[in-house]
Amino acid sequence: MTLLILRRLLGFALTLLAISAAVFFLMNVLPGDPAMVILGIESTEDARAALRDQLGLNDPVIWRYLAWLGGAVQGDFGVSYSFKVPVAELIAERLPMTLALAGLATVVTVALALVLGVYAATHHGRAGDWAVMAFSQLGIAIPAFWLSMLLVILFAVTLRWLPPGGFPGWDDPIAALRALILPATALALVQSAVLARVTRSAMLEVMRQTYIRTATATGLSPARVMWRHALPNALVPIVTIIGMQVANLVTGTIVIENVFYLPGLGRLVFQAISNRDLITVQAMVTLFAAIVVTANFLVDLAYLWIDPRLRART
Amino acid sequence: MTAFRAAATAALPAALLAALIAATPALAETTLSIGTQQEPTSLDPTADATASIDGMLVQNVYETLTQVNEPGEVLPQLAKSWTVSPDGLVYDFALQSGVTFHDGTTFDANDVKFSFDRAMAEGSVNPSKSIFAPIASVEVTAPDAIRITLKQKDGFFLFNIAQGDASIVAPESVDGNATKPMGTGPFMFTDWTRGDRLVLTKNAAWRDAGSVAIDRVEFRFIAEPAAATAAMLAGEIDAFPGFPAPELMEQFEADPRFTVVVGSTEGEVILAMNNSDEVLKDIGVRRAISHALNRDAIIDGAMYGRAQPIGSFFAPHHVSYVDLTGTYPHDVAKAKALLAEAGVTAPEFLLRVPPFPYATRSAEIIQGQLADAGMTVKIENVEWGFWLDEVFKKKNYDLSIIAHTSPNDLGNFARGPDYFYGYDNPEFVKLWDAIKFEADPVKRDALLKDAQRMVADQAVHGFLFQLPKLGVYAKGVTGFWNSSPVLYQPLATVAKAN
Repeated sequence: MTLLILRRLLGFALTLLAISAAVFFLMNVLPGDPAMVILGIESTEDARAALRDQLGLNDPVIWRYLAWLGGAVQGDFGVSYSFKVPVAELIAERLPMTLALAGLATVVTVALALVLGVYAATHHGRAGDWAVMAFSQLGIAIPAFWLSMLLVILFAVTLRWLPPGGFPGWDDPIAALRALILPATALALVQSAVLARVTRSAMLEVMRQTYIRTATATGLSPARVMWRHALPNALVPIVTIIGMQVANLVTGTIVIENVFYLPGLGRLVFQAISNRDLITVQAMVTLFAAIVVTANFLVDLAYLWIDPRLRART
Repeated sequence: MTAFRAAATAALPAALLAALIAATPALAETTLSIGTQQEPTSLDPTADATASIDGMLVQNVYETLTQVNEPGEVLPQLAKSWTVSPDGLVYDFALQSGVTFHDGTTFDANDVKFSFDRAMAEGSVNPSKSIFAPIASVEVTAPDAIRITLKQKDGFFLFNIAQGDASIVAPESVDGNATKPMGTGPFMFTDWTRGDRLVLTKNAAWRDAGSVAIDRVEFRFIAEPAAATAAMLAGEIDAFPGFPAPELMEQFEADPRFTVVVGSTEGEVILAMNNSDEVLKDIGVRRAISHALNRDAIIDGAMYGRAQPIGSFFAPHHVSYVDLTGTYPHDVAKAKALLAEAGVTAPEFLLRVPPFPYATRSAEIIQGQLADAGMTVKIENVEWGFWLDEVFKKKNYDLSIIAHTSPNDLGNFARGPDYFYGYDNPEFVKLWDAIKFEADPVKRDALLKDAQRMVADQAVHGFLFQLPKLGVYAKGVTGFWNSSPVLYQPLATVAKAN
């Protein structure tokens, strides 16, 4: 167990190192001069040269990468080219909102998917099953962008129950939560469509097992059989998909934050790339990679917790 | 309720109660929320060219010596008057007195000198450094007087120093302007949540504060056209002066809650041609392309009919405008004949398109129109940073579609073959110099018309349409400019009926 965690931590560090290097060099071969993007097409060559000098863009690429890396391991991610404030500050002011959005979306996704999936499995072949399957087919087919617009038109424009977008900040937690309901729902509906299908098929698989028949035969209630015996044994594929969806969630927030004009990381990375704010993009992509790698690591730990047989093997 | 209030009064110390009352915002406070598509990255217009910085802050937070009104006339601002020497080289400005920056520091001629010297300095990163190039010196002649001496006459000087690039800043606060803009204007910077909103509040100490009707302004950053529409419909936004989607205007026009205004901007949209290209340097080929273009179809398809066609590189709302849209009427047979005459058969062009809706939408229509005239166009949609590098800097393109949004930019054609037009015409350079140095309005008007004709006649580019300014306002909101001669939008004259 400890060995596994140590091995994973080393892998984690190496993955981040590789990704940060890849991003750095890719961003630097990408055509586009940050000074030109910032100062625009009416700028003079000497003003752009002065700005490049200020930003340290005249140093060799390798040197800049090493300097960045040296700072990054000490928690200093440099100063944004375009925002002129420390990158760490930019990320810190936006991270809570994105985490809250992603967290809320995950909770809704998992709750919705488990209920729907289990319901469909227990009503296999009947109308309820078909309804869930139809819902999930729709959820997979509909783009999150379009779904978001439908939600906004219904709940914000027509009914006026919720705001159409924007984020009021954390001073008023109720208002903050209200602002996150529609975007989290838009993210969750799409994600839960996939997860509900996986839950359903995993449950169907488990319910064919003889121990379920035995449990039923001992006189346990169907609900107890379902939640105590069937679901825990169906969790491995479900957790795998949840882990994979974390990566989707990260990319999903970029779209959703633009549609709901939320001040989150997704919108920042979009802006930073178009502004050629290389140093900000660098930190953010590394952060996203860290989130995905962490999620995968947590999934592996979850396997150990779910399935005692795996624990014995390590 | 009354009982509660009486009990509270009895229980609370008087001082605390007073504090509570003071903290309650005045009921009459008027807040205006303005939607804006482009989000700024920094708030210093003297160090970043992002248009929304000027759009939100110039003449609101920052002020300049002169200002420009909606018709494009130059008016006093921090300079209350000026005189120009007979040779047109020495400008003496008399400054407003009693002006303070929002942090309380006094504004005087030293701040003006500081601002200009900083913009002109060797290591300056001012995005429009070239507008300061004609200046020889800036001298403080009295605490409320400044003298600017030019190296050469410049007919655009007073207009240019009304732009955000020439904002008057203070040495005490300039370093913080990127995040905490400090100026002398009618509104003070209050708060900025990056990615969400920027808040200004009325500056009660402004010299004409009595005429300002809005107490608080909230700019909300909404990039997505569909989201902008939803925000307007839900009543979250009072005004969207630069609405991003012409296709959605009809919906607002049909809705009695809104006023829709279609005005003009300084943006000439052109099908840029690389005049240094082997094929395109032939005027016959450029004329063939011009004849192949059908402007009305492009405007209908790309702008839903909401734009004015142009036949040269000049804004139709300008007094010196000449209508040259008839120079190369849409004529496919003529286009083919001109190509044949030039000895060019089935030419192929690379059309590199920047990521702006007006450009991407026009591209496919133009591709079809040129195909009708026997020309093959390969469309390549590129991202803005790429466009700046490959098209603008390296001239690595045949055709492109771009709006030139600066005022008085007809001078682009005098920039010589190194500019991305690749256009080399010493005659035009001479003409533009004459325009720059001409102070007599009648002569200048004639010269400007000549310049428009020359550019049109030479078919330097395909001239398409003037970028419209699409404004959507909630009923009761007044005072926004219909058309924009400059990048900014003064809010001191804006009002909102409750």
